[in-house]
Amino acid sequence: MAKKALGPVRRTFAPWDDPSTKPFIEFNGVTKRFGDFTAIDNINLGIYEREFFALLGPSGCGKTTMMRMIAGFDEPSDGKLMLDGQDLAGIPPYRRPSNMMFQSYALFPHMTVAANVAFGLKQEGMPRAQIAARVDEMLKLVKLTPFAARKPHQLSGGQKQRVALARSLAKRPKVLLLDEPLGALDKKLREETQFELSDLQVDLGLTFVIVTHDQEEAMTLADRIAVMDHGRIVQIGTPAEIYEQPNSRYVADFIGSINLIGGRITACGGGAVRLERDGGTTILVEQDLDAKVGDTAWFAVRPEKITVTMERPAEVNVNCLEGEVWEIGYLGDISTYHVRLPDGETIKATLANRTRAVQRPIGWEDKVWVSWSRDSGVVLTS
Amino acid sequence: MTAVDAPRIGEALGPAPARRARWLVLAIPYAWLLVLFLVPFFIVLKLSFSTAAVAQPPYLPAFDFSDGIAGLLDRARQFTVDNYLWLTDDALYFRAYLSSLRIAVISTILVLLVGYPIAYGMARAPRRWQPTLVMLVILPFWTSFLIRVYAWIGILKKEGLLNQLLLAVGVLDDPLTILNTNAAVYIGIVYSYLPFMVLPLYATLERMDASLVEAAADLGCTPRRTFWRITFPLSLPGVVAGCFLVFIPVTGEFVIPDLLGGSDTLMIGKTLWAEFFSNRDWPLASAVAVILLLILVVPIVLFQNQEQRRAEREA
Repeated sequence: MAKKALGPVRRTFAPWDDPSTKPFIEFNGVTKRFGDFTAIDNINLGIYEREFFALLGPSGCGKTTMMRMIAGFDEPSDGKLMLDGQDLAGIPPYRRPSNMMFQSYALFPHMTVAANVAFGLKQEGMPRAQIAARVDEMLKLVKLTPFAARKPHQLSGGQKQRVALARSLAKRPKVLLLDEPLGALDKKLREETQFELSDLQVDLGLTFVIVTHDQEEAMTLADRIAVMDHGRIVQIGTPAEIYEQPNSRYVADFIGSINLIGGRITACGGGAVRLERDGGTTILVEQDLDAKVGDTAWFAVRPEKITVTMERPAEVNVNCLEGEVWEIGYLGDISTYHVRLPDGETIKATLANRTRAVQRPIGWEDKVWVSWSRDSGVVLTS
Repeated sequence: MTAVDAPRIGEALGPAPARRARWLVLAIPYAWLLVLFLVPFFIVLKLSFSTAAVAQPPYLPAFDFSDGIAGLLDRARQFTVDNYLWLTDDALYFRAYLSSLRIAVISTILVLLVGYPIAYGMARAPRRWQPTLVMLVILPFWTSFLIRVYAWIGILKKEGLLNQLLLAVGVLDDPLTILNTNAAVYIGIVYSYLPFMVLPLYATLERMDASLVEAAADLGCTPRRTFWRITFPLSLPGVVAGCFLVFIPVTGEFVIPDLLGGSDTLMIGKTLWAEFFSNRDWPLASAVAVILLLILVVPIVLFQNQEQRRAEREA
């Protein structure tokens, strides 16, 4: 019931667009160095209350260090880290209002499931009866009530993951930190758990920060994603913003699959960009872009936004290229087509399989045309 | 065709050599135990039922096979349990056993108290230092045990290094009498047996997942409580292994109480030595040894059980 009521609220949940809202977690020029190595390079970032925030990037990009600084396991070398208006400098992990779900789960092997969940509450000095009630509630939440008396080594991977989640939620932390929480689960379980996590976050109204290298996980779960590279945040935005309007080739390439077509800008302004490709093809894009004529740029377009046709489109040489089908991947719901252009470049396109025909109209080595509309992709200058 | 042929080839070549190899693998440790433990034990056991005599060898009956089976049986009738009765008769032996066990228990606790912080520090040290630290713990083994215990005489005696230092610093006005007291025995034992405690403790602590300590801190547990709630309970297998490795040999220890202890330091190893070499009463010394073994079998079996259970749990 509560979920339904929150539905429409959630759709407009965007405190980052409201200048009067103060961030709940705030990185102010935070830098973290380990010896000569700069893990985090002067990051400014605000995470808002009740937000599900994802730190996304390849391993070694600094995302885990960001999380460990919130938890208190690492201290910033420079800059200020605030949580709920409080400067976190010098506050040890055991006095911070955040709890973490560890990548390895870090369940205490000598304690039962119930004792693991109760551990944090005992440290608070909560009365015994209340602890028991809270542990029951938590185990019910993660559907592990029958396993309360088991030891961690008697659980499956998915069950361990739920114990870890219950343990990190038991203290009702202001912030829940999730370090690659679903990494060890198989695909099906992972998808299930993703939705459960998402529901849980809405129900409990907590702030979640998740660290992941899995772009799909970040897209499914998060309100906003920060894409990181070499200790810097490359782009922050909602999943749709990151996916549809990446600000660089790095982000475009990291999230999902994309075609990058290089060229030179020949006209720019008035809400449109013209990109000229070697060989005379023109790419017209409806976009406000801050660039100069003559700059090198890349047109980035997702495979599902490309149409593959046997017939020549009406406007030849604008937003269309001729090539030969090099490879077809049939995935059931969709098929992916790799179309090789005369200059050797490959364009990826995906088409939904909308009929039940076994023989598809487009086959291997067919001469085809790939085309796209003017609002389907973006021009990137970096 | 191949599907039918394959198992037949496997049968011809596989199981027989495999069975022989398995038998060989099992036979080696059993042969080792037989030759190096069981045979000597039975020699000592036989001796313990003999009678001391002024002879060569210094006990009766001495078996020789020249008289045939009848002669052997005749001599076997001379076996006696007098030595064991003697042990119960004289309170000295009982006190020696008891004193040995007390010294072993106290020194095991002392070794644990000294060894745990060392092992903990080693396990928490930067990874690149750890091989060096392990090396430093093992290094004393490169010198003779006897020489190292002798060296302690030089340190502990009245005009020794320790007293000189304490007098020079001004902590003391009169030199301490440490040598030839039980305190010197404890110092010697703690020093000599420390590696047997440190190494198993280090092995368990080093293997422990560091994220468990972080998880405890994250859940609001102070470092001190984390140690008692998480680190120490998880290191218990190492504690138990280390304690047994120290307790069992210390109970029968002879060299340290003999060199560092006083005349009133009562340990069964010393008693055994005195019976064997000073009194030349081999049978009584053997009886002392057999009883010592029986006393130690209990902790050895406990230790084995614990090790086995741990191995099963880890599997």
